[in-house]
Amino acid sequence: MTIIVPIKQVPETSNVRMDPETGTMIRAGAATVVNPLDLYAIETALRLREAHGGSVTVLSMGPPAALKAVKEAIAMGCDDGLLLSDRVFAGADTWATSYTLAAAVRRLGAFDLIVAGERATDGDTAQVGPGLAAWLDVPLATYVARIDTVADGRLSVQRLTEEGYQQLTLQLPALITVVKEIAAVRLPTLRGKKRARLSEVPVLTAADLDVDRACLGLRGSPTKVVRIERPKVARGGEMVSVNGQQGVTAAVDALLEFLRSRGLLEEVSS
Amino acid sequence: MSFVWTVAEQHEGRLKAVSFELLSRGRALADKLDTKLASLVIGAGVGQPGLRELIQRGADEVYHVADARLAHFVCETWSNILADLVRHYRPVVVLAAATSLGRTLMPHLAVKVHAGLTADCTELDIEPGSDNLLQTRPAIGGNIMATIKTPDHRPQMATVRPRSSVVLPRDPERLGRIIEVPVAEQLFESRVVVHGCRADVEDFVNLEEAEVVVAGGKGLKKGDNFALLRELAAELGAMVGASRDAVDRGWIGYPHQIGLSGKTISPRLYIAAGISGSIQHLAGIKTAETIVSINKDPDAPLHNVADFGIVGDLFDVVPELTRRLRRSKAVAS
Ligand SMILES: Cc1cc2nc3c(=O)[nH]c(=O)nc-3n(C[C@H](O)[C@H](O)[C@H](O)COP(=O)(O)OP(=O)(O)OC[C@H]3O[C@@H](n4cnc5c(N)ncnc54)[C@H](O)[C@@H]3O)c2cc1C
Repeated sequence: MTIIVPIKQVPETSNVRMDPETGTMIRAGAATVVNPLDLYAIETALRLREAHGGSVTVLSMGPPAALKAVKEAIAMGCDDGLLLSDRVFAGADTWATSYTLAAAVRRLGAFDLIVAGERATDGDTAQVGPGLAAWLDVPLATYVARIDTVADGRLSVQRLTEEGYQQLTLQLPALITVVKEIAAVRLPTLRGKKRARLSEVPVLTAADLDVDRACLGLRGSPTKVVRIERPKVARGGEMVSVNGQQGVTAAVDALLEFLRSRGLLEEVSS
Repeated sequence: MSFVWTVAEQHEGRLKAVSFELLSRGRALADKLDTKLASLVIGAGVGQPGLRELIQRGADEVYHVADARLAHFVCETWSNILADLVRHYRPVVVLAAATSLGRTLMPHLAVKVHAGLTADCTELDIEPGSDNLLQTRPAIGGNIMATIKTPDHRPQMATVRPRSSVVLPRDPERLGRIIEVPVAEQLFESRVVVHGCRADVEDFVNLEEAEVVVAGGKGLKKGDNFALLRELAAELGAMVGASRDAVDRGWIGYPHQIGLSGKTISPRLYIAAGISGSIQHLAGIKTAETIVSINKDPDAPLHNVADFGIVGDLFDVVPELTRRLRRSKAVAS
């Protein structure tokens, strides 16, 4: 199977703490990582390659520093990578991003499957995967939690919805986005890291792609951010401490009283 | 015609609550724009009472696309149908729910009709003067609120978080038109076959639509102790959620996971026991109406965002809470 995994480099969130005053993240040194939810996509692609042969190519769009993310994916076991980097790509919303990625996928040539993460942890839209499927006009399944079979040019999957697992079969080539449940992610190996260091990752600009420049980056983005606010997170809630068994009763009393005052308990006398 | 549209959602012929929530959002926008509100129902099995309820709760028109082959959501088919309708009727605004359906369909549709789309909005308004839709959404795990507009493209599309809007009261006197829309054969996607929906999965939860969620974390110490939370949940009519650490330890299934790599929920009441409140966990509960934290560590970050916190041992507090709720019910009945 020829598999493509689009990935995004995002600010690291696991080490950040919250500033209780402003409610903002304290970004320790603004470190970046591969979008953690893309790791499940990479893992899924690698497992499919292990089971069915083929290759896994990672594709990213971002500043030159995003090369690090592509190399991390190669260190995990991806065969090769491609970075799209150009000032005109900057500021792209999900419409323009999926447009640009689609042009890069076309340039890569025929593929069987694109596996994307559910969403990126910074933008948090989950829109680029479905958008990419629309541009490429391939069948789409989002929130895939399980791959059942790959056979005869068809992929059978289960997608996690609010009501249960929807079971469906897609004709390949297709695009899926995956959730954490699909697989536990492997760590890069020493050999992989070495291979990543030595690998040449091509960096393409807009000139290398068959694109309409008016559809790229900030200029090509239908949506415009007009305002950013930082909400306070602290709700200034009530706090009670438990001391001894009497304390437990008193604390539960206070909680029940609080819930009642907010109309959160059916009115019953206690 | 420049109407405001909402995309209703149904499951097995029943309209979901979010379909009515979208109408109250749409109604407010349509009134500000001095236009009409239409709701789209795609699927099979929603009867006349359901369609009328959409009108009674705010819609002026209902477009009903019914076909037995539309029983299950297939993104391409839905997107084809909607793209056709959008090109024909030219709505100014299209709202859908930020659900697994809406978050799949809307970005697909936005590409097809070259529209701007904002995900997961918590506030929507009309900019005076320009009539642009102002869409406000949490980003970076809810740590910032971004307001977005789409000045040069129509329709302006947005998904709205379920449970973030109050449903309008039902007005039996409200009148509107129900329009049956035929589907052209070529709009059906033949490359995708849906076999059904497996909900028989052991202990599946629809946390997104729960009014009350009781969640446990590593503080529960072992999987069996989720029984304590299940007992409490039974008293509160709640569903059980979990932190990632609890899920990763195999104490409970992934559909229960709340947070950055799990579900985002907005229940009326969220009670967490033995969950520290990491930034990734908080990302999933920021829009809960009331947050209660039970944690023995007074400095647990969840206590900071809680509306009510109990600093204490969950193994004392949770059973006592369950007992008291049970007792008050027994007294009442
Ligand atoms: C990319 C990424 C994505 C992530 N996604 C998610 C996600 O979706 N959801 C999520 O939850 N996490 C997520 N995490 C993990 C997150 O960082 C935390 O590790 C996790 O939320 C911690 O779970 P916890 O609160 O159950 O455990 P801990 O942080 O260990 O907290 C346990 C708490 O229990 C309390 N406690 C212990 N014993 C008792 C007792 N007897 N009575 C009362 N309190 C007690 C302790 O004081 C402590 O505060 C993610 C992390 C990363 C890096």
